[in-house]
Amino acid sequence: MELTLSILLGFMIIGAIFALHAKDLLSAVIAAGIVGYSLVICFLLLKAPDLAIVQIVVETITLIIMVAVVLDSTRQELSVKIDRQQIINISLAVIFMLVLVFFFIQAINTLNPFGEHSLRMASAYVGETASKTGSANLVTGVLFDFRGYDTLGEATILFTAAIGVLTILRIKGKK
Amino acid sequence: MIVYILCFILFLVGLYGLITRRNLIKIVISLSIMEFSIFILLVLIGYIDGGIAPIVSEKIVNPTYVDPLPQAMVLTAIVIGLATTAMLMAIAIRLYRKYGTFDIREIKNLKG
Repeated sequence: MELTLSILLGFMIIGAIFALHAKDLLSAVIAAGIVGYSLVICFLLLKAPDLAIVQIVVETITLIIMVAVVLDSTRQELSVKIDRQQIINISLAVIFMLVLVFFFIQAINTLNPFGEHSLRMASAYVGETASKTGSANLVTGVLFDFRGYDTLGEATILFTAAIGVLTILRIKGKK
Repeated sequence: MIVYILCFILFLVGLYGLITRRNLIKIVISLSIMEFSIFILLVLIGYIDGGIAPIVSEKIVNPTYVDPLPQAMVLTAIVIGLATTAMLMAIAIRLYRKYGTFDIREIKNLKG
């Protein structure tokens, strides 16, 4: 199990690195799709079918939006030459990464090893969802009943984003 | 433990791209890569060996379910990720139409 997931995550890392270094923006977008669709397989392996369904829909929509944007503008990647600003950026990135590695090492010690999670908060949900909400699927029970306000906020964010996209694409900008 | 480390490496790849790339499309791609790494990390934490998908069935006696709480939260986060990506892409295409380039250094007032 852990080996399969490691291989998939390795593929995702390779896809991500290729997406960042591709010379053609269209291939960069497709390579980002590798990461998203590998995530679907990971979710299926981790026994999360709801997430896999949602992720495959969302990834397809994201890819369609990105391909539409790239085809509508330019496919050429910028010709970047290494200058002073670029060196500053790279060293900043490395410093950030080192700081994050430090915190990650501290955080990983507090986690249980992979596959040995102990239910704390969710134990109440697992026992009572079927009788309290009448939902056979625990995830939808949590999402729409115990944490209904979260879902309301999510719907608000989706609505706001849709309004925002419409507004941004409609107005005529100043030349 | 190795899967957690690989997730973190994926996050670092996204962070590196976010800081060093100059193309707006690639910055959006880096952001979504960081998002994906966080999703997979949260679901990995909730996984239990030998657990089954959190769907109640009468036929299975004495079942062990994987943790449904991280899955529910990640479901919310995935949909919000779609909203932010669509918004960023809309802003990117507007900027391209105004300035004729995706280079954030050539776009005025957005130097980085």
